[in-house]
Amino acid sequence: MNLILRPVAAEFAKILSTRMWWILALVLFGYIALLAGGLSALFGGVESGAISPDSMNSGGGAGLSTLGSLPPLIYSFAASVGYVFPVLLGALATTGEFRHQTLTPTFLATPRRDRVLGAKTIALFVVGAVLGLVGLAASVGVGALVFNGFGIDPLLADGETWALIGRTVLAMALWAVIGVGLGVLVPSQVASIVIVLAFTQFIEPLLRFASTFTEVTADIGKFLPGAASDALVGASFFTLASPGGSVLEPWQGGLVLLAYGLLATGFGYLISWKRDVT
Amino acid sequence: MPIGAVIEFSNITKRFGQTTAVNDLSFTVEPGRVTGFLGPNGAGKTTTLRMLLGLVTPTSGTATFGGLRYRDLPRPLDTVGAALEAASFHPGRTASNHLGVYTLAAGLPRTRVAEVLQLVGLAEHADQRVGGYSLGMRQRLGLAYSLLGDPGVLVLDEPINGLDPEGIKWIRGFLSSMAAEGRTVLVSSHLLSEVQQSVDDVIIIAKGELVHSGPLSSLDTNVAPQVIVDSPTRETLIAALTDAGLAFTSGRTGLIVAVPDPGQVGHIAFAAGVELSVLHRQKAGLEDSFLALVEGGDSL
Repeated sequence: MNLILRPVAAEFAKILSTRMWWILALVLFGYIALLAGGLSALFGGVESGAISPDSMNSGGGAGLSTLGSLPPLIYSFAASVGYVFPVLLGALATTGEFRHQTLTPTFLATPRRDRVLGAKTIALFVVGAVLGLVGLAASVGVGALVFNGFGIDPLLADGETWALIGRTVLAMALWAVIGVGLGVLVPSQVASIVIVLAFTQFIEPLLRFASTFTEVTADIGKFLPGAASDALVGASFFTLASPGGSVLEPWQGGLVLLAYGLLATGFGYLISWKRDVT
Repeated sequence: MPIGAVIEFSNITKRFGQTTAVNDLSFTVEPGRVTGFLGPNGAGKTTTLRMLLGLVTPTSGTATFGGLRYRDLPRPLDTVGAALEAASFHPGRTASNHLGVYTLAAGLPRTRVAEVLQLVGLAEHADQRVGGYSLGMRQRLGLAYSLLGDPGVLVLDEPINGLDPEGIKWIRGFLSSMAAEGRTVLVSSHLLSEVQQSVDDVIIIAKGELVHSGPLSSLDTNVAPQVIVDSPTRETLIAALTDAGLAFTSGRTGLIVAVPDPGQVGHIAFAAGVELSVLHRQKAGLEDSFLALVEGGDSL
């Protein structure tokens, strides 16, 4: 048992002994709090009549009620917007080992490299879940406060809300695992970061949008990682904004995300992790 | 007290594509002695050490510690301590946390961190981020890592690089004391003079092949000794030597005569009534033998 617990403990210590994790957590919190606070105030204002629907260009409040219940939408920002943070942390944790040549002391202390990568995956899964909690503290904390202010039920007594919170934590944890996979697949730190940012902020949203044009592509598009993540969480602005898109069941979304993470890590193990450390 | 294991390389070869970095290398390193692993830059020293430590997979052959490959050691850091040339640190981590990570990985007590930092003289910089360390401090931290498990075998790649004179003196004493305790100490360097004062045995490679192995003194016999002689009246000395039929060349400090025995030269001078100001035997420096061996590798 020690054979896997020890490297896991070491991987946790690696993450916690540099500043990256709390810088990312802080930025995640601020970003989601701003977004959740701003949008819940806007929607809450419209819904409660404090803001006149006419002042919005989008055709008014009638459209908003078709978006379904507001709180889950706002709460889901933690993952649907915040998922880039655990991916980054996972990718940095892996690529940092290549960049700073810490693979040498790591593999000297634990010569079984598969155990090291497994330990890293476990540690990042947990830290990703913690980032999920941070994101939720922002989206649920700030969102519920604002909804309360507008007299809208924040649905915190609703079991479905708590299920969504649980699925969000799981999604964030899985994203961190995907980050680890990306890091071993693309060990260059700069390349990895560019891929994360370009893919999550630009390429995937475009692909998801484009895939909704035909039924065939929509069936493929729902397997994109971001779409799978939204399916797992069960609510997202993106899904609601393109109602034509087909969506996976939450458990399917979770499995698809897990598959991305494990496939990337598995191929990365063969491509870079097992190679000579020179 | 940790007991050193015998390091054994047998027919180890590493090819990177078309280039052969290490070719069919076989030698052993004994406990209780400091062994210098020497060769010019690019000779394959680092690749050989990395194969020994399981970081580079050999194309063929094996390298073992007491018969076990590194990856098969039940407690690697307790058996072998290694410090490799590359600075392997996250710059944002403190020295103490850097070492702490690996005590966790190896199941060692965290108290070892302060102990090894004390041992290498970094105690007061323990909580400083490694990014601000000088090259010499990084070398010491690498050494501290190698000592975490109090191992019986030390494998150090160019440990003297970047150390100040005080550090060099310290590490020489340190290596000798480690060997005196019965540990196996393997130290690589591209300069013989750097380790000459602390090594008992030498393994010399060039272009990935073994060119010499044995005790340090075995390097002595490789180049014939010469006699240096000079006189206030050098012309008479030249005449005497020429008459005696000895070959010589002019050096900076006198005439260099290609005979091993100063007595023979002294006798010739005495017989010819030449006053001498200098007469001694000069061993070719170990460095010269080393260079001759290493350059011999070039012609292969």
